[in-house]
Amino acid sequence: MNNWISKIPEQIKLLAVVVTVIITAFLIVRPMLIPAGFGEQGHFRSGALNDAVAVQFKYAGKASCVECHDDMTDMLAGGYHKKLSCEVCHGPLAGHIDDPDENTPSFPRERTLCPVCHEYLSSRPTGFPQIVSQSHNSLKACISCHEPHDPVPPDVPSQCSACHGEISRSKAVSHHVDIECEFCHTTPELHKTSPRQYRPSKPQNREFCGQCHTKNSKHNTKAPRIDLATHETRYDCWQCHYPHLPEAR
Amino acid sequence: MKNSITSKRRDVLKTMAGFAASLLVPKVVRGEKASAKPFDWADDSIHYDPHDHKWGMGVDIDKCIGCGRCANACKIENDVPKEPFFFRTWVERYEVHENGETTIDCPNGAVDGFEKKSGDDDVLRSFFVPKLCNHCENPPCVQVCPVGATYQSADGVVLVDADYCLGCRYCIQACPYGARFLHPVTRTAEKCTFCYHRIVRGEEPACVEACPTEARIFGELDQKASPLHRFKRMNHIGVLKPALNTEPKVFYANLDMEVK
Amino acid sequence: MEEIVQHLTPLLDQVTGYIYPNEIELHWGLLVVIYPYLTGLVAGAFILASLVKVFNVKELQPTYRLSLLTALAFIVIAPLPLLAHLGHPEKSFEIFLTPNVNSAMAMFGFVYAWYLMAVLLLELWFDFRQDLVTMANESKGFKRLFYRTISLFSKDLSEKAIAFDHKAVRVITIIGIPSAFLLHGYVGFLFGSIKANPWWSSVLIPIVFLFSAIVSGVALVILLYMVITPLRNKVVDMLCLDKLASYLFYIMIVDFSLEILDFIHRVYESEESISILASLVQNKLFSSLVIMQVLMGMILPLFTIAAVKTFKVPADLRKLLYFISAILVQVGIFSTRWNVVIGGQLFSKSFMGLTTYKMTFFGLEGLLVSIGLLIMPFIILWILIKILDPWRSEDAALSTPTTGQ
Repeated sequence: MNNWISKIPEQIKLLAVVVTVIITAFLIVRPMLIPAGFGEQGHFRSGALNDAVAVQFKYAGKASCVECHDDMTDMLAGGYHKKLSCEVCHGPLAGHIDDPDENTPSFPRERTLCPVCHEYLSSRPTGFPQIVSQSHNSLKACISCHEPHDPVPPDVPSQCSACHGEISRSKAVSHHVDIECEFCHTTPELHKTSPRQYRPSKPQNREFCGQCHTKNSKHNTKAPRIDLATHETRYDCWQCHYPHLPEAR
Repeated sequence: MKNSITSKRRDVLKTMAGFAASLLVPKVVRGEKASAKPFDWADDSIHYDPHDHKWGMGVDIDKCIGCGRCANACKIENDVPKEPFFFRTWVERYEVHENGETTIDCPNGAVDGFEKKSGDDDVLRSFFVPKLCNHCENPPCVQVCPVGATYQSADGVVLVDADYCLGCRYCIQACPYGARFLHPVTRTAEKCTFCYHRIVRGEEPACVEACPTEARIFGELDQKASPLHRFKRMNHIGVLKPALNTEPKVFYANLDMEVK
Repeated sequence: MEEIVQHLTPLLDQVTGYIYPNEIELHWGLLVVIYPYLTGLVAGAFILASLVKVFNVKELQPTYRLSLLTALAFIVIAPLPLLAHLGHPEKSFEIFLTPNVNSAMAMFGFVYAWYLMAVLLLELWFDFRQDLVTMANESKGFKRLFYRTISLFSKDLSEKAIAFDHKAVRVITIIGIPSAFLLHGYVGFLFGSIKANPWWSSVLIPIVFLFSAIVSGVALVILLYMVITPLRNKVVDMLCLDKLASYLFYIMIVDFSLEILDFIHRVYESEESISILASLVQNKLFSSLVIMQVLMGMILPLFTIAAVKTFKVPADLRKLLYFISAILVQVGIFSTRWNVVIGGQLFSKSFMGLTTYKMTFFGLEGLLVSIGLLIMPFIILWILIKILDPWRSEDAALSTPTTGQ
């Protein structure tokens, strides 16, 4: 036995001591430093979940507003802004719940707030009510005509252009300027209050445009004429010509 | 949600990784069995078990009006630095031009909304796209984190342990979506948490709360009685960068091919 | 906070196209360029040393110990830039506590520790043990205690023990070669495995890193050998130098071929990212990639060494040309690291725009610290040479004329 040990070169013995010391130190120190709860829920410190939920609410949520301000929320529920959360306009109000007198909501009356959503941008979805604020009663605050909690136009829109400004502007510079919207679209009365649910009609066939544009039409003599029977028969007119600005290419 | 071939392959990889792990790291640290026992919250008012949930978000691009209330609310709710370099969520405006080029802009993350752009006459189509962390089922950020400071909770939410994060920023490099940033004060990685502090208390994330048009839908992925379930049933759905196989849990309705 | 805002705000104007809003801050700066550069030098110097022991290239014997000590001097500094770039360097030990086995970076600590302790230090210890014991015996007081300690109180100078040293060195070198490959191939993998980044994501990156590492290591040893030998009042061994230059030449050809293959592959496959990468190379990286890395750092030295090999060039001119080539190669490899690390962050992951990197001068991530980190290995090398006196036995052999070869 003794003989066997003495046969090991000196170098190996010395290195074995060093390696043993290093590994032992690592194995002893490491478990002491691993944070408590690491690995219990996955490869992470479980306490991190507690840290993640320790954030203070800034937005209380609409459900909290309803508890005291049901008059306002009832009003909201009947109108277009029914899905809007109170804090979008009045600011984050979690603090208001704890201390209503100290933390008061903001009541924005400037013309800058509403256009954040309602200014006309070509990227916004069609049908979303938009205005060009420069030309829309430019000196008045929005709330002087519109009740923000039940926003309908001051009197139900008599003109389509109130909401469909971009279309009316295109049409204004086109040859179709004198054609009324109603000539092509029949609009149910309910469209004015529930625009997405009740949609205006649209022309259904080529013959509709043909009323003016077919070669033997008896209408407006200046309109360009085509032969409906031979002109691009596979397609409807509006697949190539934009009716609100037909000269556009 | 995922087909069986990929999940099988992942099982194989997991087994291999597990084998390699067993050689190097003691079992306690590996946390192999993410224990089924409910988590014991420090805040007693929370009765939430991460194992009972699987969260996701739906974003309907056709409903987004680009008001940026989501990005604004997120900054406030989560104390995200106000400077225009740090965002947990933001909204991009896409303009596809007639010459086939696409331009994208996102002034200050849309925290103040958008303004009309001059010279958009040749625009073929245009729309807004809200972005946030995709809380990937197969998250590259969690894969690369050297110490387990960024992790996926049992409910699928990807979170960062700011206390444990080294600030090595490997996760920021690994995220294909640019959803992460280094917090300028704490010097640790940060990102969207789906407002974890809100969802464990039964509230919706701040961006969803603030969205005026329901363009953002938050809900359970594994339950039928969930607005998200209906959202996925009623729409054509896309995710961002599907080729990278990150399996995002933010689902886009009416996603355009130009969205990057 | 204010500092960061001041740093980032002017960058907003320099963005072309669209980048994701969080991408304005470039996260891996100059320090992370230096890290793979330094580790590359380590791996390269070590592989050069192993040529002597494993493949028995006798001409390179004069550079054997120099290469090993160079590797040690550089590996000691190599993790410092990584540490300095961390948001929280004081937490770095966590990488040993709870390494995420799926993370390439988590393995860094282990690969590094293995290479430093199990390969480099061990090989050096066996190689220098005899000298250390002798030096301890010849000196007194604190010096004696110091040499005793680093020799781990070893005393055995028997022929058997010395034969065992030689055998151990050989075995460790054989283990060391794959370890050096692992060390630097692994650094390449850190970048190559990031699927989100098409500039990095490539299976070739670890191999390209490896060969460029050997190139830079050999070139460094050429430089050091040519500077240190005259300082020791010795004559540069032209056989050794020619051999070093030959190895440099052949490895550069392999390295260059791999880089060209990577380039052709990308252009030919022409994936989604190709237009943004093309614009990256043509704009942001033109001077550092096309001019510095390829023309100055690769083609020029390749032609120079090829010319030296083809024509009979007098020794003094040869030395000059080798020296210039080796410096150019260093510049080239540094640019390679720059182009990978910084280049990979100059384009948006939306593939729609380019951003800018603005280097700072002061501060932990600034130019000053980086220069310091690049100088430190040389100071350490100088100290190591002072302590270990690597040419002891060689000098002794020369002073006693009876001991012939």
